[in-house]
Amino acid sequence: MSGYIALSYWDIVLAAVFLVLNAGLSLALRLDLERQLLIAAGRMVVQLLMVGLILKAVFAAASPWITLLVALVMVGFAGHEIRARQERRLAGPWGYALGAGAMTLAGTIVTAFALASQIQPTPWWSPQFALPLFGMVLGNTMTGVSLGLDALHGMVGRERRAIEAQLLLGHTRLAALLPVVRRALRSGFTPIINAMAATGVVSLPGMMTGQILSGVDPQEAVKYQLLIMFLIGGATGLGVLGAVIASARRLTDHRQRLRLDRLAPAPGR
Amino acid sequence: MSRGAAMLEVIDLRTSLFGPVSLSVAAGECVAIMGASGSGKSLFLRALADLDPNEGRVLLGDEDRDAMPADRWRRKVAMVPAESGWWSDRVADHFEPGAVAGVLLEAFGLPDAMAWEVSRLSSGERHRLALARALALKPAAILLDEPTATLDEAATAQVEAVLRDELARGVPVVLVTHDPAQAKRMGSRLLTMERGRLHARAEARA
Repeated sequence: MSGYIALSYWDIVLAAVFLVLNAGLSLALRLDLERQLLIAAGRMVVQLLMVGLILKAVFAAASPWITLLVALVMVGFAGHEIRARQERRLAGPWGYALGAGAMTLAGTIVTAFALASQIQPTPWWSPQFALPLFGMVLGNTMTGVSLGLDALHGMVGRERRAIEAQLLLGHTRLAALLPVVRRALRSGFTPIINAMAATGVVSLPGMMTGQILSGVDPQEAVKYQLLIMFLIGGATGLGVLGAVIASARRLTDHRQRLRLDRLAPAPGR
Repeated sequence: MSRGAAMLEVIDLRTSLFGPVSLSVAAGECVAIMGASGSGKSLFLRALADLDPNEGRVLLGDEDRDAMPADRWRRKVAMVPAESGWWSDRVADHFEPGAVAGVLLEAFGLPDAMAWEVSRLSSGERHRLALARALALKPAAILLDEPTATLDEAATAQVEAVLRDELARGVPVVLVTHDPAQAKRMGSRLLTMERGRLHARAEARA
């Protein structure tokens, strides 16, 4: 195994040269992108430096409660993001709770499974393993759940007449909603299916690249990447299925009615 | 209960947007409801079909709507909205297999429609096909929201002839229409919906 090459802050500044060049080009060509580009880059620097500091402190503390607290904060932000990414969302607390709940349940089950059966760190909740793993699983599940819910909520509004026509002909809510549920599930699953299909051919995944750069044997890095991709795929699938089916149930009632009154019009992101 | 020959009875039916409305429609009777747009006619039909949350009782003969599953109720009491939806590309996918549909399509002057594509239907064809697919379920009561609004005279006559057959079988019909002539032709009773309340047509005029 080759050694790990530590980076200085000067190296980081140098890497940003091309970004600054892009901003300059944007200015010269009047693309009006330079402000956005620099703000986004600035946000990234501040967020990552803070995360680095926080993770260092959390790893040093090695406390299950602090680990749980950080995981809860991650869940809080991801849940907010799921809600914000839907053009139309469920009204009231459901708008947050349903997506966040499905994502958290799926992410927790899959992460706990991986920690208990494959990675087996000591202690099992070790923040150095639990938090990055939970973060990757959560981030991808969040994307799938928000896409699935956004597709479902948009379609039930657009397909209202078709759904109600079926209900009026004595179809059950399950039968009437099945076509839109299928399409919503497909939307939620598409990113992870595409990611799995393209991984290694089109691009090397970020985590694997990071491990290789930090001196890990490529085959070991591949094994870790496969493990992560399977976990992400499993959690995304569970999360999307749970969220879309639960939301389809919420959007209908026991008298087989479509309840669009349970959707709130979104003010937009 | 056999098809038809049952009274449709509505007792204090209401939602937050209309009512309370009470109404009895005898077996084989057609009650025509008129009224301005937004007066609550369509909402009344939707509540009868249990498509929106509502309060009150609806009985078909001695059967209570709320005592049976909603999907069974809607097969007994067919509602055809003013604009129906389509969930598949082919017309045939919207009909349950059986000989009844063929007879109805013949009566509506659309004998070959089963082979057609929904995207190529005119609004008048859509209207008649939506009516045909509902009547093909042999409902025991029929609720119609402007069933001939987009039809020419000939097609309107076809629809009314089919409805007269249903009435003759003892099926009660609630007909929402904006056409006073049709209300008089078809309705044995004329009612007006005003701000969510039903009035006898004569009273409404007074």
